[in-house]
Amino acid sequence: MNKVVKDAREAIQGITDHMTIMFGGFGLCGIPENCLKELAATGIKGLTCISNNAGIDGFGLGVLLAKHQMKKMIASYVGENKEFERQLLSGELEVELIPQGTLAERIRAGGAGIPAFYVPAGYGTEVQGTKEVRAFNGKMHLLELGMTADFAIVKAKTGDTRGNLIYNKTANNFNQAMATAGRITIAEVETLVPYGTLDPNHIHTPGIYVHRIFQGKDYEKRIEFRTVKS
Amino acid sequence: MALDKNGIAKRIAQELRDGYYVNLGIGIPTLVANYIPEGMDVILQSENGLLGIGPFPDEEAVDPDLINAGKQTITTMPGAAFFDSSASFAMIRGGHIDLTVLGAFEVSEQGDIASWKIPGKLVKGMGGAMDLVAAAKNIIAATIHTDKDGNSKLLKKCTLPLTGVSCVKRVITDLAVVDITPAGFKLIERAPGVSVEEIIKATEGTLIVEGDIPEMRI
Repeated sequence: MNKVVKDAREAIQGITDHMTIMFGGFGLCGIPENCLKELAATGIKGLTCISNNAGIDGFGLGVLLAKHQMKKMIASYVGENKEFERQLLSGELEVELIPQGTLAERIRAGGAGIPAFYVPAGYGTEVQGTKEVRAFNGKMHLLELGMTADFAIVKAKTGDTRGNLIYNKTANNFNQAMATAGRITIAEVETLVPYGTLDPNHIHTPGIYVHRIFQGKDYEKRIEFRTVKS
Repeated sequence: MALDKNGIAKRIAQELRDGYYVNLGIGIPTLVANYIPEGMDVILQSENGLLGIGPFPDEEAVDPDLINAGKQTITTMPGAAFFDSSASFAMIRGGHIDLTVLGAFEVSEQGDIASWKIPGKLVKGMGGAMDLVAAAKNIIAATIHTDKDGNSKLLKKCTLPLTGVSCVKRVITDLAVVDITPAGFKLIERAPGVSVEEIIKATEGTLIVEGDIPEMRI
């Protein structure tokens, strides 16, 4: 078994125009920086990107926006990005907004082989649309579908050569669910160790979900809103 | 006199109880964390994957891997726990959060809330607000009673796109504490020095006033 690839360039082999790709991260926290930069360098176009947020100008998913590589963005919150706004208003970019918990659960369900499930979020709002509505215990719910992607790209603090992953603090966020939902899942990690060295008690993502793994480099880990004690 | 935002936050803090797990939204709700009564154990949830939000860090303790749902750098309290986004919303959807406080553009007398989208302005998204209001047991909406032009935000029916229906239990504003009842808004308390008449005038929806209305104790 060899899941280890040399770098981001090798990791993203097979990604082509018009694919659907999940990107882990919340804001700029826990994003796969190396793969994002490498994708921006390829010129691959027409991507449907699934990510909680759309990055900022020039960083995170913003690097794909800058090169017009994105056809559609599926997210729960897309503020803080001028180029995103511009492409959205000009009609270059399509956006689908999904309540954050529904987005997370659709990804989890997709990875877990659950085609659909009911949640109360969005009932009676624009999100309802033409979705099936059903009452359980007197409360109204919407039918939501499980979601998968051609590729899921996640970022972890530590990983081993079998693809077992450990996330750090709130940099876990969408990474753990997305790792399960890619037909091919790529993990980039800050530290890659030989298998057998991580404590099996502490694994967040078991390696079965991860197809390619590499140790990333030059992590910037930018902070969107640096707030300190006054 | 009408309360300022910190005054509203102080009044909301009186709703907290020892042992509560609480989710505070962005804006006025975030300020509530500054007024948790001394000695009371309240655990704050951040929907990006943390129970036990601590204060903002010292300069040297800033950690890009540790942020709140508003993407601000934070710290953790002793006994904190991290988890992934799907687990975070499982605890929200499962009704394990005791109290949710969120800001509102409008609240209707049926308890509907509009808080995420203003037609004609750029839409940024609902984030986790729809999940929170659809599932939390106890939802308090925090808002200024009227907008800049004096229009009421406590309405018979919301005019803006909804975040959730029949979910808000209580509204705490700069003027009043108002409960949502089957018969409409019910006035519970008034801000210090604010008259019942002023509150009636600032409320478009049906406002039930029964007996003497006490002043808030801030």
